Amino acid sequence: MPSIAKPLARHPALKQNELGLTIRDYEGSMSTLCAGCGHDSITAAIVRALWEISMQPHMLAKMSGIGCSSKTPAYFVNGAHGFNSAHGRMPAITTGAAAANRELTYIGVSGDGDSLSIGIGHMCHAIRRNVRMVYIIENNGVYGLTKGQFSASADVGSKSKRGEPNQFAPIDPVMLALSIGATFVARSFSGDKEQLVPILKAAFRHRGMALIDVISPCVTFNDHTGSTKSYLYTRKHAVSATDADLVPPASEIVANISAQDVTAVTLHDGSILRFRSVPEGYDPTDRVKVTSYLQQRQQKGEIITGLLFVNEHVPDMHEMNNTSDTPLARMPYEKLCPGSAALEQLQEEFR
Amino acid sequence: MDATDINNPQYFHKVVDCQWACPAHTNVPEYIRLIAQGRYTDAYMVNRESNVFPAILGRTCDRPCEPACRRGRVDTHPVAICRLKRVAADLKGEIKHLLPKIPAQKNGKRIACIGAGPASLTVANDLMPIGYEVTIFEKLDKPGGLMRSNIPAFRLPEQVLTEEVNLILDMGVEIRYNSPVKSMRELLASGYDAVFVGSGAPRGKDLELPGRHETDRIHIGIDWLESIAFGHIHSIGERVLIIGVGNTAMDCCRSSCRLGGKEIKVMARRPRPYFKASPWELEDAEEEGVEIVVNHAPKQFVIENGKLTGMIFERLEWDAQAKKSRTLDEVFYPADDVILAIGQENAFPWIERDLRIEFDKWGLPVVNETTFESTRAGVFFGGDSAFGPKNIIWAVEHGHQAAISIHNFCRSIPVTERPAAGMKLMSQKMGISEWSYHNDYNPVHRQKMKHVDLAERFRKLNIEVELGFDAEQTAREVERCLNCDIQTVFSAPRCIECDACIDVCPVQCLTITRNGEELDLRSRLSAPALNLDQALYVSPPLPHTQRIMVKDEDICVHCGLCAERCPTAAWDMQKFELAIAYADSTSCMNSYVPA
Repeated sequence: MPSIAKPLARHPALKQNELGLTIRDYEGSMSTLCAGCGHDSITAAIVRALWEISMQPHMLAKMSGIGCSSKTPAYFVNGAHGFNSAHGRMPAITTGAAAANRELTYIGVSGDGDSLSIGIGHMCHAIRRNVRMVYIIENNGVYGLTKGQFSASADVGSKSKRGEPNQFAPIDPVMLALSIGATFVARSFSGDKEQLVPILKAAFRHRGMALIDVISPCVTFNDHTGSTKSYLYTRKHAVSATDADLVPPASEIVANISAQDVTAVTLHDGSILRFRSVPEGYDPTDRVKVTSYLQQRQQKGEIITGLLFVNEHVPDMHEMNNTSDTPLARMPYEKLCPGSAALEQLQEEFR
Repeated sequence: MDATDINNPQYFHKVVDCQWACPAHTNVPEYIRLIAQGRYTDAYMVNRESNVFPAILGRTCDRPCEPACRRGRVDTHPVAICRLKRVAADLKGEIKHLLPKIPAQKNGKRIACIGAGPASLTVANDLMPIGYEVTIFEKLDKPGGLMRSNIPAFRLPEQVLTEEVNLILDMGVEIRYNSPVKSMRELLASGYDAVFVGSGAPRGKDLELPGRHETDRIHIGIDWLESIAFGHIHSIGERVLIIGVGNTAMDCCRSSCRLGGKEIKVMARRPRPYFKASPWELEDAEEEGVEIVVNHAPKQFVIENGKLTGMIFERLEWDAQAKKSRTLDEVFYPADDVILAIGQENAFPWIERDLRIEFDKWGLPVVNETTFESTRAGVFFGGDSAFGPKNIIWAVEHGHQAAISIHNFCRSIPVTERPAAGMKLMSQKMGISEWSYHNDYNPVHRQKMKHVDLAERFRKLNIEVELGFDAEQTAREVERCLNCDIQTVFSAPRCIECDACIDVCPVQCLTITRNGEELDLRSRLSAPALNLDQALYVSPPLPHTQRIMVKDEDICVHCGLCAERCPTAAWDMQKFELAIAYADSTSCMNSYVPA
């Protein structure tokens, strides 16, 4: 843990966003993770993305479960709401929170243990419901908080720090999500903010759940030779398949959006997601093609990164359930709970 | 860009902005840390090694370190370095045993110094410990030069001056008072092995305007101050005009306040941003009720019946850069006395012009800027007499350099062979996230110096106005220092490019990126590096991606978080100590080593 809190001194040339806030206004407490942890870089990317999209801190809710990853919401946006839930329950709690207050923006930060082992069921159902949230899996292939056992995302043959190879087949959150109807799927690397920040910005504007699997090396237990989730291995094997950036609605008039070699996806709020340099024949809106492309490349040992799939046509949880536009949280009590007479009447209908 | 050569001591030296800006390269962060630890004697000795007169300079220095101070770039006000120096001097204990030992056995070389000001005294300070016999010729009956004659006692108490000057004289210097050198030829013939001229710039500039010589109420500033210092002048008229707006003018107007002046005006030709006086001296003068009148050019002294009644000025209007002016009209200001403080000149009527000591067209001696040797071998100049009026700290540095030259000259080593500066770098790591310096950033504001109240300070001429920092102020002010000498040292082969340092840096000074030309690189950093005076610290290619680590030195607060968050110790915080060469480098460097 650092000896001091981050000094208040700021760079005098620090820019302000539309809200008049500097990037440092989006910071949280000092990280207590190991020095060099990939999670801290993801935190920094989240801070940057939220600052760039001028998120109002009090309109953000930070959700998490248990694990190193789940500590990180404390390290960004001090002024936001937050809920640190039981192990693996982050997606369920977020679903409930989103149901009660649809006005907030939700970011759930989870890990490969939290989401792919104990919480995998919750995650799958939140994906199916298309809960409007940004869902980040900080994926390092080990249980760091319990001293480095393999997690469910460890590759077959990847070695532990003691040298033992993993024998169980990994769960790939990207393939899993694609197979159960996820509407926004991306993979990135904590060491590549140039890719991760635009993906995060797009994710915050997506209509439903945006799932981002981020390879985030565990510098203490899984950054050695023999690991397939180390900094060096990821750098050597990561292939950026797509290069996407977000054009907010206000900048649509910018002339240099050329149609050539660009696949454009219009998001729910009118902003445009531009895919530059996608592989030939790749269509980020075609689930079958994306799935097969990923399977082929995975066979070759490549870690495909980028914003891989997006579908803006699927309604989110509120739309599917035709819920009230007014968040439940702001409804008067009498309307939320109309009393036993109303309940009696309702039950009568089913008799 | 090429990778930065951190083995060159000048690279990290430049990062220590205050030390770099100080002509004598005083190790400021080190002595501030010692003050923070209550080690005032040690702090004083660190000062004394380079600037020789800490107590004097702690009150009177021109402070080139403060505008350079990094803290000024981070939160607008620099550390009060000068005031802290005075704290060390005020609170120090016994230091006699820490001074260099003077050998009983002399080396047989005799050096003559002309003038007992800071330059000559520094030469003596550096040469006495090596065994030289130094004789100082002083025209007045007390030592100190300009420090005594031109700096009023309310800024520099006499006992402070005397104490520090005596530390040097007590080394066994032979000083001859009331002995102005009348002929350089005679001095050269009297068998000294080398001669050092440290006679200052003793002639105040005159202002030849109508009426100048029809009254005795027009004074030359520096002469007038000297007369006060030596007790020859005790009063002045009620209405005083000071012509000129440099630091001498400030001393003149404030002295007038104490001698009976009631309505004192400093008359400046140009607008305020172009004043020569230090901002704090202007503030102090205005606090004492002195009025500073801008855009007035003196035209004429008005004499009625042989008595000075005032002066006529042209009122000027300046263009934007205050280069060209236009006269608006003329105004009369009444005055009983006028003091001229418009500059000083060198004057060497006592140096015969056929001694192969050349002078330029302005009457300044031709002096080598590195060796301080004149065109005649064995004759050296320093202080104001070398390049015209500067200040005490420059005179001290000239003295150090001239002493090196004299020591070379006396050993028949070319004076151009200068001993090289060295450096020490030492890791400050004590454990995980534990450093041997206080790395936290303290947002406290610059402490304000307390002054004796106005009525009390005007009661006597020699009541020191500044009270010095009290214990609480000192404790706060030392924490403002950013420890710029604790360097961020980077080892590229260890870096795994995890970005932890970049993410944690509070002032966005780190970047990993592809290499490029300097200006291109400066534009691509986490925060653009627009201050071209500050270096970029560029690493060799990093092992994983061949990109480079770049640090913009400009705003770094030396908090050490980059090193704390580095998993491979590629960053380390290391204390940089510049090993400054003096006349006898070995004895000077080892004369005092803080434990």
